[in-house]
This record gives sequence, structure tokens and C-alpha cells, in this order.
Amino acid sequence: MKRPPKHAPARIDSTAGLRLFQRMMAAAVVRPLDGDDNLQKTWIDGRPMGEVAAEFIKPNDRLTSFERLELYNKMYWYRLFDAIRDDCPGLQAALGEDAFTRLAQAYLAACPSRSFTLRNLCSRLEAFIRANPRLTAPRTALAVEIARFEWAQTVAFDGEALPVVSAASLARTPPARLRLGLQPYVTLLELRHPVDTYVMSVKRRDAMRSEASNTPDSKVVHRRTARRASLPRPARTFVAVHRLDNRLFYKRLEPGAFRILDALARGATLARAVAAAGPRVKPAQVQAWFTTWMALGWFCARGNKRRPRAS
Amino acid sequence: MPANRFNGNTDYGIGIGLRVPHYSHILSKKPVVDWFEIISENFMVEGGRPLELLDRILEQYRVVQHGVSMYFGSADKPDRTHMRRLKNLVKRTKTPWLSDHLCWGSVDGTYTHDLLPMPYTFASARRTAEKIKQVRDFVEVPICVENVSSYAEFHASEMTEWEFLSEVVELADCGILLDVNNIYVSSKNHSFNPYDYVDNIPHHRVGQMHVAGHTKFEKYILDTHDHPVLDPVWKLYAHATRVCGVSATLLEWDDKIPSFDEVHNEALKANEFIDGAKKAVV
Repeated sequence: MKRPPKHAPARIDSTAGLRLFQRMMAAAVVRPLDGDDNLQKTWIDGRPMGEVAAEFIKPNDRLTSFERLELYNKMYWYRLFDAIRDDCPGLQAALGEDAFTRLAQAYLAACPSRSFTLRNLCSRLEAFIRANPRLTAPRTALAVEIARFEWAQTVAFDGEALPVVSAASLARTPPARLRLGLQPYVTLLELRHPVDTYVMSVKRRDAMRSEASNTPDSKVVHRRTARRASLPRPARTFVAVHRLDNRLFYKRLEPGAFRILDALARGATLARAVAAAGPRVKPAQVQAWFTTWMALGWFCARGNKRRPRAS
Repeated sequence: MPANRFNGNTDYGIGIGLRVPHYSHILSKKPVVDWFEIISENFMVEGGRPLELLDRILEQYRVVQHGVSMYFGSADKPDRTHMRRLKNLVKRTKTPWLSDHLCWGSVDGTYTHDLLPMPYTFASARRTAEKIKQVRDFVEVPICVENVSSYAEFHASEMTEWEFLSEVVELADCGILLDVNNIYVSSKNHSFNPYDYVDNIPHHRVGQMHVAGHTKFEKYILDTHDHPVLDPVWKLYAHATRVCGVSATLLEWDDKIPSFDEVHNEALKANEFIDGAKKAVV
């Protein structure tokens, strides 16, 4: 969003005037709350916020201009915090409530939503955590991996599914020339922590808490206790996040299997991808993997969309 | 106006919003419901469970699309990618009309995910009407715009909210989704008579109505959609059906959602007022 004007326009008699007005109001609405979760008392240019709000918002007999603006400011942050918490239960549990809130506020302030849907709210979270490691220290490496894993779930939930490549069409092309695409909803992850089991355990705990309590404060209790799930110990983990029959699954992969899929996803021919598995992997094992992947419908024709590297 | 060109000349009756906690009940029990309103954005996805579920609903029910992010009132141009996705969904659902809000919520491509009130000026009305026409021409179905509830008014405004709504829909030649709960909420927040609002809009353009619950606070009312409809809103709805005619009506219940039957029964209360309006016409 471009920098707001110094003052909201007194008259709106053109689209340009409307845009200036909307920049002013939007900048105020998305501005981070203060330490007490209220609208900040000072505007970006140092003027009192009440004075700025009064320039464009009418007071009424019950609320000042500041208070009316504050309603929208609070609703914005509560809505986005709820959305990011819903999408990132594992990250919240790993960091704890206070650190997660600081991270979420910094992320949303730096990377406001550029999408019509809140579904995409966390699409830039992994990159933000990498670029701002102090916000998640000393658990930055783990936080990056959980953010990747949780975003992969969003992709797997409603990502595009392309027509599956048939076994017959595979057989028609020699392995030295055959290139396969991986379904857009499948994400391959090479991780240093088993975050799949960790996030699942957090979700199970949350589900149990939700079953056990329907008191109005149950959400608060749940957030305070969410951190109790044991943090995962480092262990090299290869996992594919995908869906089957429109349900989410996490499939652990052997290192060799991961290398084959990763190579295919990056455009290697089938022959080169299989070679990437390494000499210790037996042909029968490779064949068994492919049988499973074909049954899961993971392969599609190679399209123009470039996939990011898995690791 | 039971059926008019703004709702695709349909007479849909009383519907409820399609919400996640009710999916299992709807798919297993197949309750009789006149129609479901879906939030378009929830199904503007590439694949997966949302579209599978929608297809199963479409096999048995009539569905109308309701949007929350077109932001007709934003100064930004309509996003063509967004419109293409919307049109694809329209082809899938065969919605006879679609609705979105008379508001703004994004600027320079940044989204607030809120339904922010407009400054009620003639220039804003012209810009908003232009965008409604562009979207309607692209998606090729009638559009009804919904009045939003609001908590702020602006010095720049040159007219009342109902004058602004009337100006926009006349310029765009589109329909109105009249949310009587939103009128009531805003009337309390801005101290106007909600009946003045209902009486002074172009009644023949009303293609659909919304009712919902709200929450009263000491100094304002919030449009929370987490309660049954309150009596003053039903009374206003009864008045609206008398002056506008009986229109497709939908109950919005989006938070603290009770059982399917409770939501549906609450919606069906509208029949009491519809019957009254019909008798008044006879």
C-alpha cells in the first residue's frame, strides 16, 4: 500500500480523491495496535491520532472519531490474528503465545494481505521468518520448518489437481526422455525435525481440549497450554504433504524416494531422477515406490509452472 | 418483487447460509431447504474438498453466490484474475444472480478483509456503479449490491446512506440485496430512522433480503451474526416485505453456529412476516 496522504481529502469529487481517502483510512485500519491492544495514540507523522481521525470521521453523541476508527482497527487485527492462529497451530505451540503474537504482528505489519482470500495469508510467512530470525530465536530453524509444513497443508487442501498421467502413456516414452510433473497440491519437504508428527500431536491435543471444554474461556486456556506438546528433537525427515480422496495426508519418504521425486519435480528425466536415488537403492524398491506414487495420482504431465526446490 | 430481472426472475423463498458445521447434516439427512447461499470466495479455489463438497450440494440444492471481496467501492480497478475465478464459479453453480457489498476494503492491492463504509459522495457513487457494471458484464449474471452495517460516518459524505445506495443502483442499473439487520444496526450507530431508509430506496430493485442477529454494546451495536434475529429487525423485515414485495430471503448465522435445525427454523420465521405482507397486498 502506498504511503497515505498527509491529510484525508475534505471533498471527494473524483476517483483520485476516493483513492487518497481510502489510503488514509486503510493505513489507519491496518496500523498495529498499541501494547494495550488499542489504536495507537499517535499518527505516523507524530500528530495525535484523535486529531487525525477527526479530520475525516464524524464523531457521534456516544463515540469520538478516534473511538469509531478504533473499532475498525481492532476488528482488523482480531480477524487476522484469528486467521493466522487457525492456519498455524504448530508454530503457535512451538513458539508459545507471546512470541507467536509478536511474530504474527510483525509479519502482518510487514506483509499485509495481497489476496482476496485469507487462505493465502501465510504464503510469505516462511520467508519472513528466515529474514527476521530474532523474532523466533532460538527456535528459528524449527519455526521455518513448521511454517513450511503448515503452508504445505493449505496447498494440499485446495490446490489444483491436474490430469493424472496413465501407466500406458509412461510406457510409451523412454526413461531417458520422459519428464513427469508432480501434482501442484503435493509438497515435498526435506526437514531437520519431524515436524509432521509434532504438528499432528498439537492438533490432537487441541481437538481433545476442544472436546473436553466448551466454556467461554476454553480458547484462552487452550492457547496458554498449547506449548506443552514436546518440541521435536532433530531428526532428518523426508515427507510429502498431499491429499487423497480430498483428505490431507503426510507421507514419510525414504531418502532415495525423496531424491527421485525432488529431481522429477525440478524437471529431470525419469532416468536421471532414478539415478539421483543413488547406487544403493535397488530397482525393485524404485518400482515399488513408483507403483505407490502412481496409485496416489501424484504424477501429471509436466506443465509450464515451475516448482520451487523442495529443500 | 418476488421475481425480477435482478434475481434472474426467480422466486427462491427462504434460504440459509451453507456453513461448515452443517455439511455432514446436510449431506446425510438431505433436509428440505429452499436454497443455500454460499460465500463465493470459499469456493474460488483450484480443487480439493471445497469443490467436491460444492458439487455434492449442487446435485440436490439451489445455490446463490454471495461475495465478500469484490469491493465495488474501492478506487482500484476490478481484478481480472478475480473476475475470471468468479465467472468460473458462476458457471459451476449456475447462480441466477450474485451479490456482494456496497463497500470498499482494499487499496493499491492491499486487502483489509473488512467491509468498510463508503464516503457517500456523487463521485464515489459514479466510480462504484462503473465497477458494478464492469463486473456484471464480465460474469454475465445480474448483480445485487448489499448495504453494509457501519460504525463510522465521514465528513466528506454528501448524502445519506440510502440516497447513496439509490444513486449507485440507478447508475449501475443493478439490484439491491437489502440487509434489514444492517439497516437496523447502522440506524442505531448513526441515529437515523431505519424506516426512512427502507421507504426511500427503489423498491423495484430489491432482489433479495438478509436477516441476521446482532449484539448490543453500551455505545454501539455490532453486526455479529451470532444470535437469532431480534424483534426490531423482524419488524423492519415485515415492513420491507410490505413495501418492496416478498423477496428471496436469507438468514445469516456465521458465529456460534447452532444446529442446522435451529438455524433453519429461525430462518423459517420469516414466513410469518411474508404471509402478513401477502395478505396486505390482497
